[in-house]
This record gives sequence, C-alpha cells and structure tokens, in this order.
Amino acid sequence: MDFVNQLQRKFIDYSSSLHREGIVDDQFTQLRKLEDENSPHFVMEVASLFFEDCEKLINNMAIALEQKQGVDFKQIDECIHQLKGSSSSIGALRVKNACIAFRSFSDGQNREGCLRCLQQLSHEYSLLKNKLQTLFRLEKQIVAAGGSIPRVH
Amino acid sequence: MARNGGVAWMRTTEKIDGYDLSTSDTEEVHVLAVDDSLVDRKVIERLLRISSCKVTAVDSGRRALQYLGLDEEIQKKETNGFDGLKVDLIITDYCMPGMTGYELLKKVKESSAFREIPVVIMSSENVIARIDRCLEEGAEDFIVKPVKLSDVKRIIDYTTTELREGELREGARAKRRGINKRKQREGDDDLSSSPPSTLSSSTSSSPSSSIQSATAPSSPSTLDSPTRRLKMTSSE
Repeated sequence: MDFVNQLQRKFIDYSSSLHREGIVDDQFTQLRKLEDENSPHFVMEVASLFFEDCEKLINNMAIALEQKQGVDFKQIDECIHQLKGSSSSIGALRVKNACIAFRSFSDGQNREGCLRCLQQLSHEYSLLKNKLQTLFRLEKQIVAAGGSIPRVH
Repeated sequence: MARNGGVAWMRTTEKIDGYDLSTSDTEEVHVLAVDDSLVDRKVIERLLRISSCKVTAVDSGRRALQYLGLDEEIQKKETNGFDGLKVDLIITDYCMPGMTGYELLKKVKESSAFREIPVVIMSSENVIARIDRCLEEGAEDFIVKPVKLSDVKRIIDYTTTELREGELREGARAKRRGINKRKQREGDDDLSSSPPSTLSSSTSSSPSSSIQSATAPSSPSTLDSPTRRLKMTSSE
C-alpha cells in the first residue's frame, strides 16, 4: 500500500508541476473531472488523439513552408487554426500560445518568421508530449499496483 | 416549445455502422454533435455522456443533414436507415470546412420537420457579430470553446425542461379537450413555434408558466448566460 501511496504522491506532485510550468491549464483539469471508474483513462485517450493530430499538422506546415514555388499561407493558417482549437480543448497551454504567436507571422505572410514559429511550436509539442507521457506512465503504474488515480483539483 | 411529431419520428433500428441505435422512447436527451476536429468530438461526446445524454457524433454539417434525413442529394428512401433516433438537440462547431455550423443552423431552421430542434453553436472565436448572427438565425445558445462540463450541463438542463414542458402542455391540452393529439397539432401554430430562446430560456414564452417554478434550480443563471460570459472574456 505504501508503494501505491508513493506513486500517488509522485503523480500529484508531477501533475501540479505541469500546471505551475504552464504546460497545461485549467481545461486539462476539466478533462480530468470527466474520468471515472468506467472511463479511467479518458485524458490519456484524448491526449493520444491530440498527439497524432499535432504531429500531422506540424508535418503539413513544414511541407507547406518548404514549397519553392510559393508558400500556401492559407493552408498554414488552416493548420494553425486547427491546432489552436485542439490544444485549447485539451488544455495544452503553451502549445496553444505558440499557435497564437504563429498566427501573426502567417497573417503577415512572413516565411522566415513562420519557420521560427514552427520550430518553437515543435519544441513546445515535444515538451508537452514527454511530460504527459511521464504522467500517464505514473497513472498506469498506479492502476497496475491496484491503486486509484488521485483526482487533483 | 411543443415536441414535434414524436410519434411519427420513432424508428426501430439495430446496430448500423457503429451507431448503437436502440429502440426506446427514452427519457434521455439525444444529442447530435457536429465537429470536424476529432479531439473536440471526443471531448464533447464525453461531456454529453456524463450529462446522461445519448450522443451521435458526426464530423461535418453534411453528415449531420444526412443523419437527420435532410441531405438533398440523398433521398430519404435511399438512406437505408442511416437516420436513427429522434434528435432532441444539435450541438455544432461553427468553423468547419464545407458547411459551417451557421449554414447547418440555417438548413435546420428552414426545415419544417426539424426547425423545432434547438441548435447550439460552439466556437473558439469570441466574436460578437458572429454570435449575434447565430442567435438571430435561431440558435438556442452559443458556447465559447473550450467547452466545459458546466456549459453542457446548463444546456441539457434547459433542453430537458423545454422537452418536459412541451410534453406536459401536450398532455394537458389533449386531456382538456379530449381531442386526438395529431389533429390538434395542425391547428396550434402559435404554441409550436416559440421564439428562439437565447439567454434566459427560463423566461421563454410558455403559457403554462406554473411549470417554470418547479424547475427553477436547473434554469440557467444569468451568470452562466452567453452574453455574460462574453462580457467577462471580451478582453481576449
């Protein structure tokens, strides 16, 4: 039991740090509230859909920015819009903010600026993914050890 | 708001293409959720299920119309039972490729069969002009994304209230006059077309206001109303 308590403690601390660092915001907490015995890993499930979405969009933007014959800024804008939307829905604060910053450069049709933003966005995404995967690993360990995931509010 | 032809709509269908359609004249509100984003669809679906709703989630306005049986290109008889349970509420994203949520709203409100279904619009953009336009077109409410449980609960609460009131009114009228329900509905245009309730649906036109007070706890508080929320977030 002590082992489970330790894991749960770790989970709470790590979760709090994600909020403190601005990696996730209140919407993430809102999603946690939707978890119960029937759907104990809801957040993990949404997050993995988000990761797929994010990777696809980042990839599309990279390709669009590489086009020698001219960058389709409208397409970039679409991608940013989608990514901003889904990151907002999952509570991925820093990714969302990176999208907002990105938008001003794509509005200005500034290719160099966009490339820098894309790099920043990729960085924020990697950070988010690593940290959430660490959190979810803890989650799985807790459940495997017969414990329940602490509801942090 | 009177329920529109409940009896005529009920269809008996089995599992179709992953849609789990069961026969029941259930108490649960059946919501048609429309959003092109997979992440958002997953979230709204969960929010609605937790709020005890049946959910059908589709990824476009086009599919929503097909589900309702309103798609012009697909005649009803060809849908092979794609359309299923009666829909009590439509929640749709505004920004979608192809058909926007606004266009979907218009199509629903233009349809005689479905215009009574409340339509709620969701949008990440907090634009007053957009919100006004939707409300003018007959949207029941407008939610600024990201959607929270409190938003969904509020909407389901007053949808349930409206449904129940509609049914109670129907029952009371039928009882009083002892006339067949269907015959009666044809003549009661004024009661079946309530004005779109926007912010405070607890005060929407409802002759039998005695029912209102019984549901006071679940009626939306002005604090939760869309424009109040707008004012609070207008600095965005």
